[in-house]
Amino acid sequence: MSITATQKRGFSAVLWDYLTTVDHKKVGILYLIGGGFFFLLGGLEALIIRIQLIKPENDFISAGLYNEMITMHGTTMIFLAATPLLFGLMNYIMPLQIGARDVAFPFLNALGFWLFFSGGVLLNLSWFTGAPDAGWTNYAPLSVQSPGHGVDFYVMGLQLAGAGTLMSGINFIVTIVTMRAPGMTYMRMPLFSWTTLVTSILVLFAFPALTVGLFLMMFDRMFDTAFFDVALGGNTVIWQHLFWIFGHPEVYILILPAFGIFSEIIPTFSRKRLFGYTAMVFATFLIAFLGFMVWAHHMFTVGLGPVANSIFAVATMAIAVPTGIKIFNWLFTMWGGSIVINSAMLWTLAFVPSFTIGGMTGVMLGASVADYQYHDTYFVVAHFHYVIVGGVVFALLAAMHYWWPKMFGRILHEGLGKLAFWTFFIGFHLTFFIQHFLGLMGMPRRYWVFLENQGLDTGNLISTIGAFFMTFGTIVFVINIVYTAMKGEKAPADPWDGRTLEWTLSSPPAHYNFKQLPLVRGLDPLWIEKTEGNGKMTPAEPLDEIHMPNSSIVPLIMTIGFFIASYGFIYQVDHKAWLIAVYVGMAIALGSMLYRSLKDDHGHHITKDELEREAD
Amino acid sequence: MTENTNTNKINSFQREKNRDEMRQQIITFALMIFFTMIAFFAVMMGISSTFVIPLLLVLAVVQVGFQFYYFMHMKDKGHEIPAALIYGGIFVTALVIVTFVAIIWW
Repeated sequence: MSITATQKRGFSAVLWDYLTTVDHKKVGILYLIGGGFFFLLGGLEALIIRIQLIKPENDFISAGLYNEMITMHGTTMIFLAATPLLFGLMNYIMPLQIGARDVAFPFLNALGFWLFFSGGVLLNLSWFTGAPDAGWTNYAPLSVQSPGHGVDFYVMGLQLAGAGTLMSGINFIVTIVTMRAPGMTYMRMPLFSWTTLVTSILVLFAFPALTVGLFLMMFDRMFDTAFFDVALGGNTVIWQHLFWIFGHPEVYILILPAFGIFSEIIPTFSRKRLFGYTAMVFATFLIAFLGFMVWAHHMFTVGLGPVANSIFAVATMAIAVPTGIKIFNWLFTMWGGSIVINSAMLWTLAFVPSFTIGGMTGVMLGASVADYQYHDTYFVVAHFHYVIVGGVVFALLAAMHYWWPKMFGRILHEGLGKLAFWTFFIGFHLTFFIQHFLGLMGMPRRYWVFLENQGLDTGNLISTIGAFFMTFGTIVFVINIVYTAMKGEKAPADPWDGRTLEWTLSSPPAHYNFKQLPLVRGLDPLWIEKTEGNGKMTPAEPLDEIHMPNSSIVPLIMTIGFFIASYGFIYQVDHKAWLIAVYVGMAIALGSMLYRSLKDDHGHHITKDELEREAD
Repeated sequence: MTENTNTNKINSFQREKNRDEMRQQIITFALMIFFTMIAFFAVMMGISSTFVIPLLLVLAVVQVGFQFYYFMHMKDKGHEIPAALIYGGIFVTALVIVTFVAIIWW
């Protein structure tokens, strides 16, 4: 019913619907659109970087622009593409998997999205006036002394996006702790929901460190404090510590949901339950725990001393153990299963060796003595692209193929999916495998040009050719989306013979998700019902009124307020008149908060009659 | 006519529990005020700071414990996960403090 209703409405009605929505599914789609847009933007920046490095002493772009390009590529891909795309999936899928009708705080959910989006827009608007150019890690003192407003945009943009991510993380924790369906105990939760919980806990603990770091940076740049100014008794290393206390858990924030996605796809397409479910949950927690104690492996060459370096080196290598447990569990899940190879499964199968290579170079980098050789070379670049592209991006693309029918009611085209996979997969290895060797031969990261006849020419050319393959693959994937939207095959409720609760609902699900909350009788609840011949879930409650939250435009208005205030903060250094923007923006934001606090909004009820009238 | 005949019993049980709860709250509240007074007098009497500072810190930790466990009901059933998250947060914070004290200003 919801599809026909949507088609009848005009464009402005749909737009208004999305601007005011608090429905976790629509917020999830907004995250996917926002994250997808920034992913393409970050990809474009990557392509420009590779074109600049196609030959020795190239002058495709200037040195300053190159610095802005690498900074924006890293920042965009981590904060504005990978994180939001994963959050979009979590938003859409996790409540369906645990049998909830929405997240715990729907208003907060919408606010989280809009804050992320406005932060991303703010950051990218800096392209018109000079983008940040101090690297995505933004190390002091380079960032404090960087002229212009580029780094200010970095600080304010990430502050906004970070606040959005933090509140979404809290939202997911509360949702999973309090809103699981009857019978859905913790140890019956699908792995993707588990990793969402653990990731959210990481977000909760890691992002405050970034917030503090960004505030210190903001005060140093805008209000003449000296946290990072050695001449006045500050310490530049504080920034590095704060950034990496956040930054290392952030890479686990990215990879754990990816692990969760693969742990859903592999059992489904092997038609076997996940091997070692308990060990998988345990390994997830162990990775999260260890993830907090390894940040200084990014700083081995800072001069922390041999004791600190050794401790962090050992902790770093220890992470290979739980990760290895996971890799073997996936292999054992596939072992003896009747495997279906489609696009989702191809990305998954490609992930296993690609990610393992990235993990292996990770252990190499974790050896603190050897790291003095690898540090800040292309070896590092190759390593983290192997884990982030080979892990997170592959997971995202696999998840798109896997959950697209559930989210949009149509199945992505298999042929185009496979074409995109093979070109992207080949391009990925072509681009990054050779970079290991470029790094070992001494090519440093972040350099604008390299000289000819130093053994770097061919490697860089191959790498750039690979980047074009990846671009082609991405374009094919975008074409696939457009094609599917226009004439894709309509998806049934359960196109993959699935195992978890989201496949019990129509594709796409009704806005209240579950007409009656399901009774969960074990791990892979739908599969249990299938094997016992029921084929559908037993309801845990009689058909009754459903209480749903009301839509609201307040999250958007509040965000616009913060956006205006951020602009004011950035430019008040030049002219005090910009303080007006700070006051106006904060007035709008705080006024929205006051309105939200004082006005009671009890939501609405969907009556029993309405529910009975709707066909399943 | 299947009225619950145990209503009175449950109520009296509940009343008993409420009274206990109230007694605990008042005792904790009194203790916290007492601790605060100790802290004040310790500073006012000008005792050497090597003794006062650890004392204040200990008193503060105890008060935070009271706050969480009695006033915010962390001692009750069903608060295991918030408790785990709070301890996780304390762990991370401690890690950060250790870093900044031990590594940066070695």
